[in-house]
Amino acid sequence: MIVCITARAAGTDAPVEQRFGRAPYFVFVDTETGKSESVENPLVDAAGGVGPRAAQVLSEHGATVLITGQVGGNAARALGTGGIKAYAYRGSGSVADALAAYTAGNLQPIPLA
Amino acid sequence: MKIAIASGKGGTGKSTVAANLAYTIARSRDVVLVDCDVEEPNLHLFFPAPAVDVPVTTPVPEIDPDRCTLCGECGRFCRFGALAVVKDCVLTFPHLCHSCGGCTLVCPQGAIREVPRTIGRVACSRPLPRLVLVSGILNEGEVQAPAVIRAAKMFAEGHPLILYDASPGIACPVIETLEGSDFCLLVTESTPFGLHDLRLAVEVAETLGIPAGIVINRSDGEDAATVAFAQEHNLPILMTIPFSREIAAVQNRGGLIGRDLPGWEERFMDLFTGVSP
Repeated sequence: MIVCITARAAGTDAPVEQRFGRAPYFVFVDTETGKSESVENPLVDAAGGVGPRAAQVLSEHGATVLITGQVGGNAARALGTGGIKAYAYRGSGSVADALAAYTAGNLQPIPLA
Repeated sequence: MKIAIASGKGGTGKSTVAANLAYTIARSRDVVLVDCDVEEPNLHLFFPAPAVDVPVTTPVPEIDPDRCTLCGECGRFCRFGALAVVKDCVLTFPHLCHSCGGCTLVCPQGAIREVPRTIGRVACSRPLPRLVLVSGILNEGEVQAPAVIRAAKMFAEGHPLILYDASPGIACPVIETLEGSDFCLLVTESTPFGLHDLRLAVEVAETLGIPAGIVINRSDGEDAATVAFAQEHNLPILMTIPFSREIAAVQNRGGLIGRDLPGWEERFMDLFTGVSP
């Protein structure tokens, strides 16, 4: 399973970013192998419509779980349709901390359309 | 002739000038008044009359699922996020679409065609025998104001005398309104805010190559800064409307000072003559 965590920088030590579409980085972690890939988000400074576009980026990387602070309405619809489940991480920890909290079952699901 | 009424700053009296100018002109000749402030059109408040509504549509993408291979090109191309390819389907977000048509061009399968979507309407009425009012109305939550402005202007096209009432600001809707105008009346007020935004509006008119003139509204008599600015830019001050309780009272009940206050029909006629000698 591939989990995407929104982050302020590359790598699993980076702090989690609360915004989804405008997160500076998407960190994809393969929970089977433990390998991670950090993808710079080209939409950081985009004018609008970042939610659906970010959802497509996740879909293209095969992610089925998203960990972030919150998602907007358009993003929720795209994620929901794409079969990507979203979980809210509201702490100030790292990508690794957020993933651990998710694995421990401590994160609340974000309702998607 | 096409005369646009703009200002930069909101609330300076664009609609007041446009409505009174239209009323005055319509006393002696045919004129079409186009409300291009499509996000909050209100000229109809000065001219209540039954209107005929025509919907305004804009093209948005529709996907043919039989041809689509989910390659994702359209979603990667659209900078407005109006399409997203997720898992096994293409999602469209029509309200985010700017109708550029790019997705239909980049789709390697020819799986995208454009279908019309209603984003607003144009209301046409004839409140006076010689005045036709065309109001552009953008539906709430829509972003494509210029498309509705374009449609409203199209209804007036071909008429010998047209007035366009612009929205505040200097962005796309104002530029769409000013496009093709022969003259731009810039309404300002005697405040630092009025002058600041007048400066911006003058830049727009200059960039578009449209001759302009100034109307000072709600003047407290201390217009030296505005007058100096006008001289500096070679812009005529075509009318000065004083800050007066009497005028405000007429305006506040949706009245027309050109009709309800003595002397103002003549002054608005002079304004028209100043624009169109």
